[in-house]
Amino acid sequence: MNELQQADAVPAKAPPTGRYWLMWLVLLALQLVNLGSSYLPLGAFNVVVNVGISIVKALLVMAVFMHLSSASPVMRLAAGVGFFFLAVLIGLSLGDYMTRP
Amino acid sequence: MTTIAAEGAPSYISAGYTLRSWLTTRDHKRIALLYGVSILFFFLVAAAAAAMIRLELLTPAGDLVDDDTYNKLFTVHGVVMVWFFLIPSIPSTFGNFLIPLMIGAKDVAFPRLNLASWYIYTLGGLFVVVTLIAGGVDTGWTFYTPYTTMFSNSHVILAVTGVFIVGFSSIFTGLNFIVTVHQMRAPGMTWFRLPLFVWAHYATSLVMVLATPVLAMTLALIAIERLLGVGIFDPALGGDPLLFQHLFWFYSHPAVYIMILPAMGVVSEVITCFSRKPVFGYQFMVYSLLAIAAVGFMVWGHHMFVSGQSMYAGMVFSLLSFLVAIPSAIKVFNWTATLYKGSVRFDAPMLYALGFIGLFMMGGITGIWLAALAADVHLTDTYFVVAHFHYIMVGGAVMAFFSALHFWWPKVTGRLYPDGWARAGAIVMFVGFNLTFFPQYIAGYLGMPRRYHVYPPEFQVLNVLSSGGAVVLGVGYLLPLLYLWWSLRRGRLAGANPWGATGLEWQTPSPPPTYNFASAPRVEGPPYAYQAGGTDGR
Amino acid sequence: MAAEGTSAMAASHFADAEQRETAATFGMWIFLATEVLFFGVLFAGYTVSRVQHAEAFILAGRHTDVLLGSINTAVLLTSSLTMALAVRAGSVGWRRSCAAWLVLTAVLGVAFLAIKGYEWHEDWLQGLVPGLRFAYSGPDAPGVELFFFLYFVMTGLHALHLTIGILVIAVMALLAARGRFSAAYHTPIVLTGLYWHFIDVVWIFLYPLFYLVSRS
Repeated sequence: MNELQQADAVPAKAPPTGRYWLMWLVLLALQLVNLGSSYLPLGAFNVVVNVGISIVKALLVMAVFMHLSSASPVMRLAAGVGFFFLAVLIGLSLGDYMTRP
Repeated sequence: MTTIAAEGAPSYISAGYTLRSWLTTRDHKRIALLYGVSILFFFLVAAAAAAMIRLELLTPAGDLVDDDTYNKLFTVHGVVMVWFFLIPSIPSTFGNFLIPLMIGAKDVAFPRLNLASWYIYTLGGLFVVVTLIAGGVDTGWTFYTPYTTMFSNSHVILAVTGVFIVGFSSIFTGLNFIVTVHQMRAPGMTWFRLPLFVWAHYATSLVMVLATPVLAMTLALIAIERLLGVGIFDPALGGDPLLFQHLFWFYSHPAVYIMILPAMGVVSEVITCFSRKPVFGYQFMVYSLLAIAAVGFMVWGHHMFVSGQSMYAGMVFSLLSFLVAIPSAIKVFNWTATLYKGSVRFDAPMLYALGFIGLFMMGGITGIWLAALAADVHLTDTYFVVAHFHYIMVGGAVMAFFSALHFWWPKVTGRLYPDGWARAGAIVMFVGFNLTFFPQYIAGYLGMPRRYHVYPPEFQVLNVLSSGGAVVLGVGYLLPLLYLWWSLRRGRLAGANPWGATGLEWQTPSPPPTYNFASAPRVEGPPYAYQAGGTDGR
Repeated sequence: MAAEGTSAMAASHFADAEQRETAATFGMWIFLATEVLFFGVLFAGYTVSRVQHAEAFILAGRHTDVLLGSINTAVLLTSSLTMALAVRAGSVGWRRSCAAWLVLTAVLGVAFLAIKGYEWHEDWLQGLVPGLRFAYSGPDAPGVELFFFLYFVMTGLHALHLTIGILVIAVMALLAARGRFSAAYHTPIVLTGLYWHFIDVVWIFLYPLFYLVSRS
């Protein structure tokens, strides 16, 4: 009856290692893109690109290395809820700083 | 009424009588009692500070203590009451004791973490005691910068370390409850069969787990800034003291919900039991609890309307604060609707619960005033605010704590207390509370600022009333201590279910055996299967 | 069979081993959510400070070592790979392989700390440590000091977490080599893995915020 047990974080069989190695290469490639892009004169968009790529990398790490891609919805919710309320904290605080006279 | 546990199984109390058996226990019920004793100690410490404050305020002149001492008194009162009594009060004692019982589990998910949380609490408490012995702290419980980081000459670092540490006990308790509710429910105990007490603690735990780390890191930044002389709150560097207020209230506003949500859980259980009716609108009650917890994270800026925060941010925070009133009001309506046409009995737990509803409503509605931008400019930093949050925290959370204490005392100890004394105690507490804090609304509305020990003579009548009320309130707190202590040895044996209540915790003997149930209970219906007019719902 | 080698961990209040492992994993995720907000305060502080001192942060951003920072990022990403392989080996009960990948992960973690320590040392020599040794006297000095305050607090807290992670991994490697884990019971390794990957995720965000500001 427990909704958490439907999809366990670690399957009983060993998953093939291929996707881990692939993910490693993708992450390193993204890091190079991140590094390279920061030398392009994009103005304010440098930080957008930098943080955007970081978000993609973080999602990949969580999905593959932390097994969220095969985890139950409740587990994913637990993983996401902290980021959601961090966004609330930063968003509403910035709302103050951006609208001050 | 059948009890599930086998006859003669030893109770959790008789599982061991040595000090060691208590200090190394992993039984959630024993840990709950450890917490109970600890929070009683800190309640008395903070209450003593409150007594000094009220004594000082009897006269307009500052004749009992000097300004510095007065600052330290209200700081100690706030810090200890908030973090060492109110935050752990209902969750760590009744939550710990009852959640596994109510969901039909043998224990919480992580019993060792549960015990660890008590030791962490004790360590944090030790820091506070050392702070007091060393000479106290004078910043107010809010630790506002730049006073804390640059100017205060009191023991700020010791105090924030204590609060930092105690935060982790709160995080671990919350974590434990969340996993317990997800993972340990008995067969048939679906989400919408959970008692509202459990739902309330689930919502509370979310707040504990998500808000407390923000407080911890913010206080750590204060300590670092004090030590190094630089930091992000330091205006000399272009840092922003207001950022501290944002971060502090991101925790400390939801912290109010850590206090009030468990209280709402208690009141829901008590009202339904003593009305002999199922809770009105059960699902709405659940959604309201979750909505209060979630929206409660988005309203913190209403503490900062006059701080220099942007006017537009103030408008948004004001609007969001009004939104929280909706689920809160739904709860009050549903409690009232539960009473409607019920067979209402006025036992002591019910008297406390009814007191809660009235006082919480007063506190809530004055909260709406304070959340209105224009009104807040007039009322902020006056006694109106002090009265408002005492109506929520003391009138709400503490009344509910006593309601819980009287409702589950027979379950925890196996004994009944003298009913007449208990009802008298509830009434004394209600009267004393209102006498103490209602005059503060008036004084604040007339402009008396908070946190001063000297005040203009025209406020003396109100302050004398308030101090007189505090004496009555003190009697209201002492009475239960006396008759509950008496009941431990002399009280009649309670039996498994003295109130004829539904809920799994009443189906095991009082006091319950170590693993709660002799065999895993199976749940086959919704909670609160009461029938109006009957004496026994099952 | 689930109880093999787990008697110390076995808690009679769980219905079965699967429930225990799921509860532990779920608990770890909740703990990581609190960590997100624990670090989150600093990220919020960074965001607000950067919005208020955009120019100073651009100046200050030129004083971090982008080469070492990038190498360190690669080191940490690689350690996440080895950690994932360790968890996988543990989940099928290959205890030697599991221990070996764990040791390699810990070694990468130590390498990261060594590089980070060297960077901090360089910052110290250049007088970029707020409160202790801050000698920067160019334009926007207060804002630059704010940047480096955040830099030290955030990388310092990250390094503290990393150190704890290395110690835990060392213990896990030892236990794995001694055969304490099996295909049926390897929850501690799974939890260690989650914690380690989380540290990696934090660094993934620290990297652009401190090393890639104002390179263009």
